[in-house]
Amino acid sequence: MELLYASSVGVLVSCGVFLILRSRTFPVVLGLTMFSYAVNLFLFSSGRLSLNQAAVLGTSTEYADPLPQALVLTAIVIGFAMTAFVVILAIRGRTDLGNDHVDGQVPDTKNHNNDNNNKVKV
Amino acid sequence: MTLLWIPLLSLLGSIISSMTGKLTRNQSTGLTLLMPITALLMTISLAPAVFSGEVIRSTFSWIPLLGIDIAFRLDGLALLFVFMILVIGILVIFYARYYLSSNDSMPKLYAYLMLFMTAMLGIVMSNNVIQLWFFWELTSISSFLLISYWWHKAEARNGAIMALTITGGGGLALLAGLLLLGNIVGSYNLDIILASRDIIQAHDWYEVTLILILLGAFTKSAQFPFHFWLPHAMAAPTPVSAYLHSATMVKAGVFLLARFYPALAGTDIWFIIVSLTGLATLLFGAYVALFKHDLKGLLAYSTISHLGLITLLFGLDTKLAAVAAIFHIINHATFKASLFMATGIIDHETGTRDMRKINGMWKFMPYTATLAMVAAAAMAGVPLLNGFLSKEMFFAETLHQQLLGSMSWLIPVLATIAGAFAVAYSARFIHDVFFNGDPIDLPKQPSEAPRYMRLPIEILVVLCLVVGIVPNFVIDDILKSASFAVLGGYVPEFEVSLWHGFNLPLLMSAIAVSGGLLMYTQRHYLFQFHASLPSLNGKKLFDNSISALTKWCQVKIHTIENGSLQRYLVLMFVVVLFFAGWPLFEMNQLSGQKPLTPVDVHNAMGAALLMIGAISTVIWYRTRVISLLMLSVVGLMVSIAFTRFSAPDLALTQLTVEVVTVILLMLALFFLPQNSPKESSSMRVLRDLGISAGLGIVIASICYALITRPLESISDFFLANAKTGGGGTNVVNVILVDFRGFDTLGEICVLGIAALGIYKLLINLPLYIPATDSEGRPWAKERYPVLLASISQSLLPLALLVSFYIFLRGHNMPGGGFIAGLVTAVAFILQYIAHGSNWIAERLTINYRKIIASGIAIALLTGVGSWFFGRPFMTTWFEYFDIPFIGEIELASALVFDIGVYITVVGSTLMILASLGKLTANEPANAPSKEVNI
Repeated sequence: MELLYASSVGVLVSCGVFLILRSRTFPVVLGLTMFSYAVNLFLFSSGRLSLNQAAVLGTSTEYADPLPQALVLTAIVIGFAMTAFVVILAIRGRTDLGNDHVDGQVPDTKNHNNDNNNKVKV
Repeated sequence: MTLLWIPLLSLLGSIISSMTGKLTRNQSTGLTLLMPITALLMTISLAPAVFSGEVIRSTFSWIPLLGIDIAFRLDGLALLFVFMILVIGILVIFYARYYLSSNDSMPKLYAYLMLFMTAMLGIVMSNNVIQLWFFWELTSISSFLLISYWWHKAEARNGAIMALTITGGGGLALLAGLLLLGNIVGSYNLDIILASRDIIQAHDWYEVTLILILLGAFTKSAQFPFHFWLPHAMAAPTPVSAYLHSATMVKAGVFLLARFYPALAGTDIWFIIVSLTGLATLLFGAYVALFKHDLKGLLAYSTISHLGLITLLFGLDTKLAAVAAIFHIINHATFKASLFMATGIIDHETGTRDMRKINGMWKFMPYTATLAMVAAAAMAGVPLLNGFLSKEMFFAETLHQQLLGSMSWLIPVLATIAGAFAVAYSARFIHDVFFNGDPIDLPKQPSEAPRYMRLPIEILVVLCLVVGIVPNFVIDDILKSASFAVLGGYVPEFEVSLWHGFNLPLLMSAIAVSGGLLMYTQRHYLFQFHASLPSLNGKKLFDNSISALTKWCQVKIHTIENGSLQRYLVLMFVVVLFFAGWPLFEMNQLSGQKPLTPVDVHNAMGAALLMIGAISTVIWYRTRVISLLMLSVVGLMVSIAFTRFSAPDLALTQLTVEVVTVILLMLALFFLPQNSPKESSSMRVLRDLGISAGLGIVIASICYALITRPLESISDFFLANAKTGGGGTNVVNVILVDFRGFDTLGEICVLGIAALGIYKLLINLPLYIPATDSEGRPWAKERYPVLLASISQSLLPLALLVSFYIFLRGHNMPGGGFIAGLVTAVAFILQYIAHGSNWIAERLTINYRKIIASGIAIALLTGVGSWFFGRPFMTTWFEYFDIPFIGEIELASALVFDIGVYITVVGSTLMILASLGKLTANEPANAPSKEVNI
């Protein structure tokens, strides 16, 4: 079970990071969202995995750890706020710059378009 | 207490004078002078005690835990400097009243001057070396402001920057040195440091500490090879030069030598470094001064030379040399300040400072000429003037040292040569300016300066004469007590007097005077010789090295920071990979002692779906809609995972957030290209795959290592106190609104700020709206399906009821403000989708910004409310009430807090989605297509 959980987190991280490294804004947003799933799951697991345990007092003697849950709950909401902000930033960027490349300009146009300050080598 | 008042009054003067812009010049000057004059009277009242050997201290505790105090101390040395700073400061302020033209801002100059005075007073009176350093840096900054007073002139700006760079850099070295010193002694208190000579000099760090502190002193006193900033600082108004470069700023460096003399001097390394630096500066300054055509340039190099002389005296290994150094500090301050002021008058009256043009001034301004000539004679070391006495002492001391072994005779010889140069450039100052024919095309017709502009010079020149003729009468007390402080309690027997009989120093003086005069008369040969020398330009060197440094930094920055987000991310991920992965290799065993839980079919299927969803998102990432759909699968599986692992609150939150996020991304997709082009090379894809796989493996391993180890949680506290202390059985909610309520308050603020940021980003956004979808089909005419519209309308009250229920039960059962807020938001968003924002706007006028603000305000006020009951911020109150027909219910202040959370979440979410959604509503049916080619 633990192995399965950990590898799920690992797959989410890998996919998230790969998408974050893409060159267009939309995949990056998707990657960030995926990455935040992974982070939330990871944080949540610091309370250890507890199947079928009580979450509310008075119903059992064994409880799941409430602290990571409280932390992750706010993290989910804030994660949403950040995703929203990045998405709107991407839209604004596309409108103002005319493309949706993460660097604000498509590499082909960069070389003859700019002085050496903006030389992009990756 | 009086001690604190001296710098405080001067600081007060800075503030007062900065506010005198509306007053007349005389009023402004009078008000400004009031403070330093009061401070001077206070100092005079303290002087007798200091002369009798007492050290006055006053300490105010600041951070007692770290042993940091605001500490002041007034001993003989400090007293001497306080006198100099205040007296010359007062004269300079008075002088500047007549010097400044009506275009120059007087309050500005006065405010800077007084700030500078505060800093200087702080340096000389500090009893804590860190505090001393603070004031030291303050002099660098305020002198920067003073030198760049005429900021519209490029030379003033450049001079100021150069002075700040050199003295500021020296200041950093000084800080390092003082920190080392404090570490060696174990205290930053000056009293203790000065008494720890043996500990300091026996320590391994002594040499490093000494060199660092000397670097600070040498840069400030413009010692060779750091001298070149001083001539460029002459771009300042002349009153500033008279103050900074005679009595104060440059003297701060030699003050530092004197201050730490008891603790640091006495070793061979001190004598070698200090004396040789001083000697080099003395000779170099005296030589260059002769060839300067600019009056102030001559004085600048002469100042450098005299500072070298003082430094050399501190570096000679006799006690009397230190006494001579202090004596020369006083003398140099008086004659150099008066010379600068006289130069100011000449500049003021003729409009130039070029000595090749200014000749024969005797005819135009005999009075100023007499004053300047007396001061210049003091600079040359002519008998009956103060400069003669200290120079005589200097010559005598050069004969008593044994620094260079059998070559020690070199020092008196070189000193005499430097003395001859001093006589030569003083002679040039007198002869070239006041005699030597007639002036050559001056910009202005010169005349005598205003009466009161000469007053400060008269006072200083009278001082030069009085000290020179009856030294014992005026200078004895202060010189003895200052020497007492510098020499650490022992003062050798000495007598300052005009006549010591025929001896070697007198002969050296005679040689210097006659040699100097001869040199001046034969100066044409010297000028020719000097012109044939290759010019060593310190400024050019400085400029070149600064621009080289800047260029180097730019290249380095562009290599790392080239504007490509992808590159930054790759660098960051690689660093994370390294630092997170490294410890894993040092761990013995990945899995812990906790027994593993068996896998059941449901969980396995869930995990498989999650991974498939994630991988599909990546595979189809170029077809954006599909990849978004796949991402939503992942989100759903995550919320199911929360359900499985006993976290119903999280599952509810994740589910609602998921809905909102997917709607948002769908909306966003409307404004963004539908597909991502294929851009990355195969190598790039391979590299990214490697990095992401590596990170995935590392995080998975850490996660596995974490969850297979037994848990020691602090949650028992929350479990035990949730019901009794917070009044709720849903511990997660009690943590959110009660135990960690302050965090939650911060989090809803972040949410609100993000929403406001989005609102701002979308204002005036000239959005391009595609006329067709990505496959070229026109949009459906029926934008709002009837079925959806009618169902959603009837769903609204139901959804609101559900959210209300979820909210109310939140304290005891899964639910609460966050989740209820999201549910409400989703219900409203459904209306937007079904009817369009215009339809909503007709029926509901909501200002979401006000909603967010009121939500945060409610949460904040609930927290503040507990103050009225004498409790700390955010203390919860709850009580059970038995209400007829309804039964027992609980009312808690946390509920009000949760309302705040609820309102903020609703407001923020709707603001984000509605502001974006509204843009689609403006779509003109056949918008001019301006598809951007990508």
